[in-house]
Amino acid sequence: MSISKPLLELDSVSVCFDGFFALTDLSMKLFKGDLRSVIGPNGAGKTTFLDVITGKVRPTRGTVTFNGNSLLGISEEQISRKGIGRKFQTPRVFENLTVLRNLELSASPLKDPLSLLSSGLSKSVKDEVHGIMNYVGLGSFATVKASYLSHGQKQWLAIACLVAQSPQVLLLDEPVAGLTDEETLLTAELIKLLASDHTVVVIEHDMEFIRELGFDVTVLHQGQVLTEGPLERVKSDPRVIEVYLGASDH
Amino acid sequence: MALPVKVFKKLVPWILLIIALFILPTVLDDFRLNLFGRYFALSITALAIDLIWGYTGLLSLGQGIFFSLGGYAVAMYLMLNTKSLAGGNGIPKFFENYGVAQLPFFWKPFSSPFFTLFALWIIPALVAGVVGWLIFRNRIKGVYFSIITQASLMVFFHFFNGQQKLFDGTNGLKTSTSELFGQLVGSPDMQVWFYRLTVLLLPFTFVICRYFSNGRFGDALIAIRDDESRLRFAGFNPVPFKTIVFIVSGALCGLSGALYTVQSGIVSPQYMSISFSIEMVIWVAVGGRGTLVGPIIGAVLVNYTRSLVSEALPEAWLFVQGALFVFVVVLMPDGIYGWITKGGIYHLLAAFGVAKKIDTYPQLEGKSIPVD
Repeated sequence: MSISKPLLELDSVSVCFDGFFALTDLSMKLFKGDLRSVIGPNGAGKTTFLDVITGKVRPTRGTVTFNGNSLLGISEEQISRKGIGRKFQTPRVFENLTVLRNLELSASPLKDPLSLLSSGLSKSVKDEVHGIMNYVGLGSFATVKASYLSHGQKQWLAIACLVAQSPQVLLLDEPVAGLTDEETLLTAELIKLLASDHTVVVIEHDMEFIRELGFDVTVLHQGQVLTEGPLERVKSDPRVIEVYLGASDH
Repeated sequence: MALPVKVFKKLVPWILLIIALFILPTVLDDFRLNLFGRYFALSITALAIDLIWGYTGLLSLGQGIFFSLGGYAVAMYLMLNTKSLAGGNGIPKFFENYGVAQLPFFWKPFSSPFFTLFALWIIPALVAGVVGWLIFRNRIKGVYFSIITQASLMVFFHFFNGQQKLFDGTNGLKTSTSELFGQLVGSPDMQVWFYRLTVLLLPFTFVICRYFSNGRFGDALIAIRDDESRLRFAGFNPVPFKTIVFIVSGALCGLSGALYTVQSGIVSPQYMSISFSIEMVIWVAVGGRGTLVGPIIGAVLVNYTRSLVSEALPEAWLFVQGALFVFVVVLMPDGIYGWITKGGIYHLLAAFGVAKKIDTYPQLEGKSIPVD
């Protein structure tokens, strides 16, 4: 592992919004097949960290490379086409499209206007879409508009759309926010299944969910990596207890 | 029971087309028929606006530019090819009033009918392409897009209004006294032909709009309307989608403007007034955006009402139009057609205790959820 090059690498990235540093000299390496949970108190820079990778925010300093190529200065859609997919904190699905059409749009291998006008999806892509849709339990909602789905179903549709995009790296921002315990467990199962052939980064507050996933944990604090490692070791780290667990209301 | 309804629904457009083509010309007098021809021409503009606003979420307040460009193209052709309108040196008479001895260079190609037939939609399409691309690539969205399109409209208005030596300025170009195939364009016979042409081109436009709004391309347009930045993260670049649909809309507005001009008898900078472009948007809102039937209903209904109100109480129309717009926005956000298709009549009956009230979403109520 140490010899191979990292798939995704952030090197001393800083993001400054009007004098306020959301990220300060953040460095992180992800190798192919890595599974990572990112936790941290509110304002630690978790979402900004994803914004930098996906091209939404341009870092003030530092570099971001994917497969050895810089991701700086290229648009969100180009980064997405390179194989980095992202699920947003709130489930962003296309409310006025049906579940099936949401998935088919994400799954489309060609994304230019002319191919969308001239050709349909191939059978293999359609089968794949149906497979994903049935897996997340939305098969019976194929022709229902996404706006009629419950919050949990929208979360799953958002994850399903991301999987349909078939990215190499999945970035999941709070995939279980607002879900019931049962739904949380099912989501954890789904993500563990994806983990077999993807590189996955999960940002989450729910410690039960993090434990369920069993991924290595990175703790962010004030825009920096505080510590990294397995959950049990991280949890017993006094610095983590101070800034994160100790600082919470519970 | 279900089958005849389905068959009937498929027949409705054909029945309407037959009524418009064969029955209306026999029951309406020349004046009314000409008005309906104009309403149908304006319906094409309404469809074009629906494509960009209803489906893609781009509220353009400058479609009058493209409408007028189409109108000017056809008017220039007619002026150049009418001997009775030519002055001493063989060019349209109005040039003499401003001491212009030579035909401006850009007028020359418009003496060709083939050039004009293409120019009346290609020129608006090109202008739409340039304006649209510049706006979209700079990620200008929402209300800023509307303001820029309106500002562009003002630029075009002042250019056409001020250039007497090029376009006869504020007088516009009169087409009713020009000739086509040896007949006066304003004559009742010619007007019936223009009416028929409009009635045939309206369904053609409808099919074009359906081609772009159905299927995967249409899904992408709806995705742009719902959440454009999310679509970027799915790997799509929205800029070419928006530019293409804006070009199509511009071309259709050009066609609409050309058809309207020959039936109204004049094209003038008034077609580029701010209020006219806003009216176009109102037709779509009243009829129902995001559907293809709604804009046609809206354009015909609003303009027919306008004619009736203006004949009875000329000053009242603007108040009626404003009230209609407010009524629709407040009480029928999906427009007339959207209100009907979403069970509006049923709800109205339920409100008066005639029909039973539904407790769940009406959209789910009537539809059984298919199971794979």
